[in-house]
Amino acid sequence: MLNRQEAPEIVDAVEFNLQLKQVEKFTLDNNVPVYAINAGAQDVVVVELVFYAGNWYEEKNIVAATTNFMLKNGTKSKTAFSINEHFDFYGAYLNRHCYNETSTLTLHTLSKHLPKLLPVMNEVLTDSIFPDDELALYKQNQKQRLEVNLKKCDFVANRLIDEYLFGIDHPYGKYTSPADYDALQREELVKFHQDFYTKGNCMIFVAGKLPIDIQQQLNNVFGSLPLNQTPINNITHHIAPAEIKKQHIINDENGVQGAIRIARPFPNNRHHPDFQKASVLNNIFGGFFGSRLMSNIREDKGYTYGIHSYIQNHIHDTAWLISTEAGKDVCQATIDETYKEMDILRNEIIDEEELDLVRNFMMGSLLGDLDGPFQIMTRWKNYILNGLDDQFFYSAINTIKTVSAEELQYLAKKYLNPSEFYELVVI
Amino acid sequence: MIQYNRFVLDNGLRVLVHEDHSTPMAVVNLMYDVGSKDENPEQTGFAHLFEHLMFGGSVNIDDYDEPLQRAGGENNAYTTNDITNYYCTMPAENIETAFWLESDRMLSLAFNEKSLEVQRKVVVEEFKEHYINKPYGDIWHKMRELAYKEHPYRWMTIGKELSHVENAKIEDVKNFFFKHYRPTNAILVVAGKVKVEDVKKLAEKWFGDIPAGEKYNRNLPQEPAQQEARLLEIKADVPLDAYIKAWHMEARLNKGYYVADLITEILGGGGSSRLYQSLVKEKQLFSNLDCHHFGTTDTGLLAIEGKLVKGVKMEDVDKAIAEEIEKIKTELVSEAELQKVKNKTESIIAFEDMSVMSRANSLAMYELLGDASLMNTELEKYQAVTVEDIRDYSIKIFDEKNSNTIHYYSKN
Repeated sequence: MLNRQEAPEIVDAVEFNLQLKQVEKFTLDNNVPVYAINAGAQDVVVVELVFYAGNWYEEKNIVAATTNFMLKNGTKSKTAFSINEHFDFYGAYLNRHCYNETSTLTLHTLSKHLPKLLPVMNEVLTDSIFPDDELALYKQNQKQRLEVNLKKCDFVANRLIDEYLFGIDHPYGKYTSPADYDALQREELVKFHQDFYTKGNCMIFVAGKLPIDIQQQLNNVFGSLPLNQTPINNITHHIAPAEIKKQHIINDENGVQGAIRIARPFPNNRHHPDFQKASVLNNIFGGFFGSRLMSNIREDKGYTYGIHSYIQNHIHDTAWLISTEAGKDVCQATIDETYKEMDILRNEIIDEEELDLVRNFMMGSLLGDLDGPFQIMTRWKNYILNGLDDQFFYSAINTIKTVSAEELQYLAKKYLNPSEFYELVVI
Repeated sequence: MIQYNRFVLDNGLRVLVHEDHSTPMAVVNLMYDVGSKDENPEQTGFAHLFEHLMFGGSVNIDDYDEPLQRAGGENNAYTTNDITNYYCTMPAENIETAFWLESDRMLSLAFNEKSLEVQRKVVVEEFKEHYINKPYGDIWHKMRELAYKEHPYRWMTIGKELSHVENAKIEDVKNFFFKHYRPTNAILVVAGKVKVEDVKKLAEKWFGDIPAGEKYNRNLPQEPAQQEARLLEIKADVPLDAYIKAWHMEARLNKGYYVADLITEILGGGGSSRLYQSLVKEKQLFSNLDCHHFGTTDTGLLAIEGKLVKGVKMEDVDKAIAEEIEKIKTELVSEAELQKVKNKTESIIAFEDMSVMSRANSLAMYELLGDASLMNTELEKYQAVTVEDIRDYSIKIFDEKNSNTIHYYSKN
């Protein structure tokens, strides 16, 4: 007779010997480094060019993001339409994203189409012209989009909490106003493109079922560009945190929910000696569905659809943040419960059963994250851009397996003090 | 080509196994043939509320999540108008944990009052977060009500109104469960680093003794063909005017579905699509624009929606859309344009099939539609579409009498 009350035997995930597939590295003729993961069953590939062209390097707000966005909006020989049509025809996706330090140009395609697509990818790096009419349209549509977003409490809260943490002039803290769009000049984009793309600093990541001549294909297209000729400019930005710790803002008189953000600085990010252990503590606190915040505030009280805590993914200094949208009437109760959970983590030792569960969950989740070439590359890219290597992976695993409840309590006492947190509610 | 094995337990549970030994993980995907279309019109939002309650403990196991997390697993679920799907991934060594958990909640839930009380609140917050507290959040509620008069697609999965979820009683929950969550009404797909023989044993062991239950006979009112164009005008506290127009299209397994899917791509898929180029870039009527359809099992909707550039008049938008529609109805698209959207479809399928979870999910969906092997013939069906099909189906779909339009005006 089957005993349904008894759980089947499991292999503790901490027993797994997780290995990160080694990344292959080669350089193009112009010294641009290429990192490659050759794996997978489907004939698909991703080629990602990463430039040091994020808003860290701009002198005026949104120049970096707009330059990046408009890479696809016209070259000397192709209109925006014909660029789009070219990639669409081969069922490929050319995406671009702008982050704080870096920006990317990313191609997803069936491997067989690479020879048709890489040259046009190159063209947008060398020959983009930023047409005036495209810029005008971009400004108009982005301003409209901003106007809609500013009605949303979560959007407004995300902007403000970053401003409190880093200051409005810091790349991590600044945000866009309609006036920024108005002030944008075509010449600024042309210059930024020239300095940070055409003659910029670049590295390339490729993953998937790679064609045998991938090295040659990349070298033929990108190997003679004037990239990586000068070292990356070491700019520092001053952090200017807000004086006032608590802010309650009414953005919408008729709002039925409040966006709650509770955050504190976490210096030096992954290079901080506490980082990996703090990541385990974060998981227990609010990092997954079985976390304390989720169990208490969603699964016991029903105040919210979801509540999460995380350490923001910045390269330099960062922040530890709790984020949720809760019913208007229960915003204060949600904040109180969040602080109560901090108190418990500071004052009570985590029992072994809970800690074991989190260890297993984190290991299983790591194993799942390594499933497939794109995921493996994403992890490597993250390490490389943060100046780390696979030692970080193995030491993270070691931390998950061995961190003690006492160490976690020590970190809770060090970091989870309500008075050190910014607290923001936007309704 | 996706390989799989299929067998059926005595209680009617269909089991599909897809082996892939390149991953260390296993996926257990359990799809129930119940969606919001199966709800009582006075108790909408139930299928989705149920998805939440499924995590509130089953008859022998207090907590679903904890043992799964302990086994290194993760799970999630979603509800649509047609189906409810539960899936978890875990290191393949620990797959039996998923069988234990999933079979116990199919056997019976705990029907715990506290869980019902909390999850009602959680769903109410989800409702507010996505549909009330967001500008334009109600637009699809309105469109469904406009486009469907009979078919239960007329309400959204989250429910027609908050009170339906707020008033849910434990008795209603029990009835719903024993009506829909039975082995005959479910499909189990196990994929990843697994072996067919092992899955057979585990399926028999854990699911074999669950009573088959009564077969649920779906008898939904079908939507009669629409006889005249419908227009709804709304004024709301939003910054910009918005526009949606939706037409009925064919059901998921009909040829017309594949043609409509390609028509959607031609009109609105990507930066070189017709509507984007004409209405956003050239005429500058919309600041953003989207053309999409719902791949629903029964006759679905194909929609064009977007926000107007400030100062643009609604009638100019109506006229410009009508011109584009007229063009696709009267002029054959070029072979190259058709090839473009077919290539895109081929690539979308290849990217989707990269993930074993997505493969498991697709197998379950096609099995539910009638035959899992349909998954391997999808691309052929797209390849078979001709430029004449595009024109002929455009004429059929884009009949003005078949259209539903919302003019969503900003009060400000």
